[in-house]
Amino acid sequence: MEKFTQHTGVGVPLRRSNVDTDQIIPAVYLKRVTRTGFEDALFAAWRGDPTFVLNQEAYSSGSVLVAGPDFGTGSSREHAVWALKDYGFKVVISTRFADIFRGNSGKQGLLAAVASAEDIELIWKILETRPGTEITVDLEARTITCDDVVVPFQVDDYTRWRLMEGLDDIGLTLEHADEISAFEEKREPWRPATLPAKHLPPVEIKAARPSGVPVEISRRP
Amino acid sequence: MAGTLAEKVWDAHVVRPGADGAPDLLYIDLHLVHEVTSPQAFEGLRLAGRPVRRPDLTLATEDHNTPTLDIDRPIADATSRTQIETLRNNAKEFGVRIHSLGDADQGIVHQVGPQLGLTQPGLTVVCGDSHTSTHGAFGALAFGIGTSEVEHVLATQTLPLAPFKTMAITVNGQLPEGATSKDIILAIIAKIGTGGGQGYVLEYRGEAIRGLSMEARMTICNMSIEAGARAGMIAPDQTTFDYLQGRPHAPEGADWDAAVEYWKTLRSDDDATFDVEVVLEAQDLEPFVTWGTNPGQGLPLSGSVPVPEEIADENERITAERAIEYMGLTPGQPLREIKVDTVFIGSCTNGRIEDLRSVAKVIAGKHKADDVRVLVVPASARVRLQAEAEGLDKIFLDFGAEWRNAGCSMCLGMNPDQLAPGERSASTSNRNFEGRQGKGGRTHLVSPLVAAATAIRGTLSSYSDLGTGTPAPDGTPLADLQTV
Repeated sequence: MEKFTQHTGVGVPLRRSNVDTDQIIPAVYLKRVTRTGFEDALFAAWRGDPTFVLNQEAYSSGSVLVAGPDFGTGSSREHAVWALKDYGFKVVISTRFADIFRGNSGKQGLLAAVASAEDIELIWKILETRPGTEITVDLEARTITCDDVVVPFQVDDYTRWRLMEGLDDIGLTLEHADEISAFEEKREPWRPATLPAKHLPPVEIKAARPSGVPVEISRRP
Repeated sequence: MAGTLAEKVWDAHVVRPGADGAPDLLYIDLHLVHEVTSPQAFEGLRLAGRPVRRPDLTLATEDHNTPTLDIDRPIADATSRTQIETLRNNAKEFGVRIHSLGDADQGIVHQVGPQLGLTQPGLTVVCGDSHTSTHGAFGALAFGIGTSEVEHVLATQTLPLAPFKTMAITVNGQLPEGATSKDIILAIIAKIGTGGGQGYVLEYRGEAIRGLSMEARMTICNMSIEAGARAGMIAPDQTTFDYLQGRPHAPEGADWDAAVEYWKTLRSDDDATFDVEVVLEAQDLEPFVTWGTNPGQGLPLSGSVPVPEEIADENERITAERAIEYMGLTPGQPLREIKVDTVFIGSCTNGRIEDLRSVAKVIAGKHKADDVRVLVVPASARVRLQAEAEGLDKIFLDFGAEWRNAGCSMCLGMNPDQLAPGERSASTSNRNFEGRQGKGGRTHLVSPLVAAATAIRGTLSSYSDLGTGTPAPDGTPLADLQTV
């Protein structure tokens, strides 16, 4: 993972609360088996709207998203983080993030920075008054600088350390493989295992067939 | 020291305590895998030359993408087909057990774990799916993870996890007629909000929770994530043990006795303290439906669409205005007057056999409203078989409903089961986000009983709208229907 210490880029004001992961990337885009190339899927439902913030020239190259409260709620899809990253975002700022989204961000080097509602309102006003204004996010100092405004943000110490060192979680854990093995030795024998597989008797599953009514007719907008 | 249920399960799984603010490294007992959030994780293993550490603690099933019609034919959608074939190849390459489409044990991952007896009290259970919280109904610590974490668990069978806070949600008393566990959880989410559980493991307690069947408990824990919670749990009791005993992977003989003895210790101590406590009175509950575009935007069915001007908080007002516009509703409109196009009965929230039975008992001998499409999608192939053994399929078909094969289906519309733009559903699923069930689709979350009554009348309805005080069609008192 790339080390993250400081980032400067165009700020994008997203004045919406409860931006759930279905909004960040609809389920239809989750069928891909690759880890990149999700930039077209980001905020797919809103991208067709010319007034949407990313469709405005001044914000379209943005890399610091400044969002309303409860960003990233809902589904656990890490694709939401990949889509933000693939589009070019390095930082998302909100007053509150959903747990799973925040965890996924940390694993992927996207900084989820928690700032106060008052400070976000201040930054929104600057970004809306002067579209294209750049924001500097300093992870070492935990500050957000937007124009002449400098405000603090929160990120937990462990995530900050991992981001600044660019560390891979799996490699870190595997340094403790002996301790994992020791734990496994002590597990109770009755704890369940998926193998060898146990089943009820096998039964043939009949395929359901379409009913007589074509779906197009039974669907009424 | 006195501990909560969640703390006890956590403590029993710490491989390595975190020092200096680092998270604890937790052992994972059961890792469930499906086709959508796993391909990039397996790819990561392949690139790093790492094996799956414990294939014997891993189980894969196909659910999100699978069609619910013509399952014996090739999957028409090429990208869905690729994703499912990728899972099959990965399972084969890494030695992971898989239940594929057409297999009797295929189904939604959160139904398959419990029905095989793999989900047990006191386990840590993870899956790349936020509704993994379902398994907390057994007293397991179960939560959804992202794809990087899926890779981490595949490689190490552990996860570094930050500590959580605890919230007790006590539901006192008994549910009134027509209210179900779905109404309890929708009411809880409306009360604490979609972010109210953030950072917490919720423990549901109290007389109303104790009185629920295992499946009804799963419905509640399933939607913990809709309150933003890390997980939801219910302490195991005799109901839990009875559900588990005799299932394929439940312990047997002396192992069973040893397991039950341990499971009985899995309860919050009387003097344990929670960071937050919330209390609800069950008798105040009535059928709940959502009117907006997040699961916290719910109201009793007797209510009306909110009037944004009356909402004091600016953010909430804007959110409500946007939701009402998206949903095509009018402020002040009675919820009972909302007409639906589709009724979806299924999902990991309410696609189990008890849900299908309660719907069947309400609709037996009746026919659906003319303009309404009714989809019944069992949560697993076993649930479908069980329903057919009980003759429920005939009741659904006579009613005019479609009886489908198992999967996630219209809950998230990754397969062909989708709403058209502007189409409105009453859905027993878990999320009413914009476009969740299809681009432009409008979702009202409801209980199976409300779904059944709505399918009959064509407008959002409760059981009582079908004729106050009448027993269910076969003479079973309604009170018995919720915990069949």
